[in-house]
Amino acid sequence: MQWGSLTEFWAMGGYGLYVWTSFGATALCMVWEVLAVWRRHAAAGSRDVS
Amino acid sequence: MSFTGINWFKYSSPQAFHPLAGRMIPWFSAAALVLIGVGLYIGFFVAPTDFQQGDAYRIIFVHVPAAWMSMFLYVIMAAWAGLGLGLNARPSFMMAQAIAPTGAMFTFLALLTGSMWGKPTWGAWWVWDARLTSELILLFQYIGIILLRASIDDLRRADRASAVFALVGVVNVPIIYFSVRWWNTLHQGASVSMTASPKMAATMVTAMLVMTLGFWMYSIAVTLARMRCVIVERERQPAWGKNASIQEVAEAR
Repeated sequence: MQWGSLTEFWAMGGYGLYVWTSFGATALCMVWEVLAVWRRHAAAGSRDVS
Repeated sequence: MSFTGINWFKYSSPQAFHPLAGRMIPWFSAAALVLIGVGLYIGFFVAPTDFQQGDAYRIIFVHVPAAWMSMFLYVIMAAWAGLGLGLNARPSFMMAQAIAPTGAMFTFLALLTGSMWGKPTWGAWWVWDARLTSELILLFQYIGIILLRASIDDLRRADRASAVFALVGVVNVPIIYFSVRWWNTLHQGASVSMTASPKMAATMVTAMLVMTLGFWMYSIAVTLARMRCVIVERERQPAWGKNASIQEVAEAR
């Protein structure tokens, strides 16, 4: 573990903006995709078989 | 096939596949959550800071898995499309249809995270480098395949047209993969290869591979879920419910 404090962790050695934008965008896209498929599933009117 | 005691062909029918996929989705989702959690932990708390790139290199833990998935998913999508064309099998086309949006999303993410990595290390968000350009073309291919399908009303024609497009486009995948070797690119070479030992610390490679596995499990889960939507949408048949009555048949139509 190389982080002395939480501030240091967020700063990512000065690259915080780039690192957190990358991870944030990836997380957002994945969550959005799951929700989109969920809504599509509901809209498809599938009676859950399982 | 019969030596396993399971009739695998049974699951090639949408009716049998739909509930099977429903039972598999929670397992793949759980595996994805665990693997991505472990990958993030190793990536942020175990892997050391890079001596050249500082902490900016940590973008690799989403960038490389996303880029790999963008190529893997394209090849798998094209394989299903080819199988569909060869066997004239509807479920194969449905699989190809279910994979495309996830592949497009990972291609977009590979480009976005790449640009986030390029700015601090190269000083530019974007360069017309062979690797970047061929990956951008892959995004256009995914979008083209999705739009081509959407633009044809006849489902069987839409299936075949987008399958041909997907198959022809496979040629771009080796171009993306080998671009860093064939041309002088700003993009760095392969970090991991089958023939040479990795050029990174073991913990970095571990985090990257665990994240990739996590993205694989995520892709399988979300593709299966979308496959279920596609099956229901395309075959709005009353047989989906367990005890569909004639009344329900009438309502469904």
